[in-house]
Amino acid sequence: MERDEDVFLIGEEIGIFQGSYKITAGLIEDFGPKRVVDTPISEEGFVGAAIGAAMLGLRPVVEIMTLNFSLIAIDQIVNHAAKMHAMFGGQVKVPMVIRFPGGGGQQLAASHSQNLEVWYAHIPGLKVLAPSTPAEAKSMLTAAIRDDDPVIFLENLALYNMKGEVPAGEQVAEIGKAAVVKAGTDLTIVSYSRGMVTALEVADEFEQQGVSVEVVDLRSLRPLDRETICASVRKTSRAVVFEDDMLSYGIGAEVSATIGEGAFDYLDAPVRRVAAAEVPLPYSKPLETAALPHAADLSRVVRETLDATQFSK
Amino acid sequence: MSEVTMPRLSDTMEEGELARWLKQVGDVVEKGDVLAEIETDKATMDLEAFESGVLHEHLVTEGTMVPIGQPVAVIGEGPPSEGPSSGSTSEAEDPAPEERGAESEAPQTKAPKSEAPEKAKNATPEDDAPVADVADVADVADVDDMVDVDDVDDGVKSEPEAPSPTAGKLRMSPLARKLAHDHDIDLDSLKGTGPDGRIIRADIDAAISAQKDDGGAVAEPQVAPAQREGSHDQGEGDDEVIPLSKIRKVISRRLTQSQEIPHFFLTSVVDVDRLIALRADANSELAEQGIKVSLNDFIVKAVAIALRQHPEANTSFTGDSIVRHRRVNVGIAVATDAGLLVPVVTDADQKSVSQIGAEVVALANTARGGKLTLDQMSGGTFSVSNLGMFGIDEFTAMLNPPEAGILAVGAAGPELELRDGEVVEVQKMKITLTVDHRAMDGATAAAFLRDLKGILQQPLRILV
Repeated sequence: MERDEDVFLIGEEIGIFQGSYKITAGLIEDFGPKRVVDTPISEEGFVGAAIGAAMLGLRPVVEIMTLNFSLIAIDQIVNHAAKMHAMFGGQVKVPMVIRFPGGGGQQLAASHSQNLEVWYAHIPGLKVLAPSTPAEAKSMLTAAIRDDDPVIFLENLALYNMKGEVPAGEQVAEIGKAAVVKAGTDLTIVSYSRGMVTALEVADEFEQQGVSVEVVDLRSLRPLDRETICASVRKTSRAVVFEDDMLSYGIGAEVSATIGEGAFDYLDAPVRRVAAAEVPLPYSKPLETAALPHAADLSRVVRETLDATQFSK
Repeated sequence: MSEVTMPRLSDTMEEGELARWLKQVGDVVEKGDVLAEIETDKATMDLEAFESGVLHEHLVTEGTMVPIGQPVAVIGEGPPSEGPSSGSTSEAEDPAPEERGAESEAPQTKAPKSEAPEKAKNATPEDDAPVADVADVADVADVDDMVDVDDVDDGVKSEPEAPSPTAGKLRMSPLARKLAHDHDIDLDSLKGTGPDGRIIRADIDAAISAQKDDGGAVAEPQVAPAQREGSHDQGEGDDEVIPLSKIRKVISRRLTQSQEIPHFFLTSVVDVDRLIALRADANSELAEQGIKVSLNDFIVKAVAIALRQHPEANTSFTGDSIVRHRRVNVGIAVATDAGLLVPVVTDADQKSVSQIGAEVVALANTARGGKLTLDQMSGGTFSVSNLGMFGIDEFTAMLNPPEAGILAVGAAGPELELRDGEVVEVQKMKITLTVDHRAMDGATAAAFLRDLKGILQQPLRILV
């Protein structure tokens, strides 16, 4: 915001209240109410306003309180933000960022706990980024703000309290690049956002048993870095996708198909997916826990994949 | 009832490997349906049904080498009298043919387990366990199943069983399939140790090391003497034994055949100053149109023209007759990582030099990618082998039967010549013709080579 005065924030309770999750804490004091704009509860309205501002040259960063509420603005996002550039023959750009947290596990019940990122990842004209660490959040948000297309920036409630080192100075991530966060030779786990925490935990657990697990962080759900995924599986010949969204038609389905197309001859076992149960997420804590994918589930499927290929070391 | 036999799929084919059954016992087949994939000496081809009916029997298992003409399957009307031992329960009641085709696929292929998830708890090791309705996946009450619906294999993996000969498609991971192909592993000998007897990489690795052990033992007596005298005490451990690939086997067999042909060589030195100049002109003036031709493209065209003028050189000896080929199809020897391949430029006499050039580039690339089809390798009437680019001055090439001639082309280079009492530098190139003496005599071949030399020295004749 200091670098580019066209950048402004808009959303519910982001100013005086400092943000529902305190992401924008202190910014209204630094930049004033013209650049940190509090809005009424009116997602469709303020997303639409931001699209108009972006078309006219500003760089709005919209906060929607959670992914679940973005559904109210989905017409603005999908039918307008995503389409404008193409439908007007490239005459306008829509350089905006729409941030919101997704994810369950907070006992917020079915309608406030969803992982619908794949809805947006499905739409040409949008970019969808999903950081999994504080450092990535910084470099990817910077890249998102500077990008000339509308970018959906997926955060996760369960990651908000994560602590991690963030390099000082300017960091701009490359959009559309996955990262091999941990190199390995025996099996690839592909994940993103909160799933990365579990993926790395399980990878370490297997490392101690002598299994070298490679972990790929998708980081960008659209565009998807298919080459990095396939290169990893060509090396390891086994793959498991860990995702917080639903199994059917999910991110894992796309990753699996990508592997089928790009690394078929290198697979020694079917690609497996570990995902959320196909139910509206229950409020009850035990049921909610049972419905979400956990380290134990991932661990079991990794073990089964290794067993299916008679892995021994 | 009729038998399907191993067809002849190429000129040089003597037997074919039944690589993969695509139709299973009990399947309804229509005339023209692909029953199986046949791997011949140089390519993989489809085996098509010549009549419609129901596939009653596979007479050979996948991976079997079958001589031409030997029956591989039986097609009849109505359901087979004795179906496969497994999976007959639900089918014995003589369903209508259409239903039968659809049904019989389920128990015998690996499809159902990956396509329609079963509830792990309910799945049984039996192949013909009912395939769970996909709706089970959405069974809201059963959270265990939800978390990871792809649990499909767990319930079924209790008893890995080897694929029985009648079990249809071989269960094999893609990686295992690729490795087996790369290392020429006999699939019949493999026992899968993955879920449901799936052949996995570990099984191929075991087969490869077994093959190496065998190969070492067999090769030892021939390799050993020289080795033994050296400082190494154990030859076996030091040598790398490379099993023959399919291509290598074909090359060795065909060249052994070739060696049995009574043949002779004729060499000629060609003055190629004008040819080189013509090629340079052509390339510089036509560069804008993206046309680039090699010396070899001119030579191929010149050979084709000379062959048209000398039909007696465009022949094959068949044992009781000599066949004069009506078409002039020139094979080009191409080095690939896998070995020597000879793609064919058909009707080379009717094509322009640039057309030939473009075809040779395309064929060579296809050859190097291992993707040449039999069509692209058959029907040659004469071959050209050029080692000029390796700086080879001259060499003799081995005949590529049944062709009666092959031209070996060396490198062009400067030589001094006495011309009208003056020493001049001239670009020379040596070409050597190998001739099947049964098809052609020395004088006939010499006349052909003389005219070919004439064309190369007056290269406008290649173009006009």
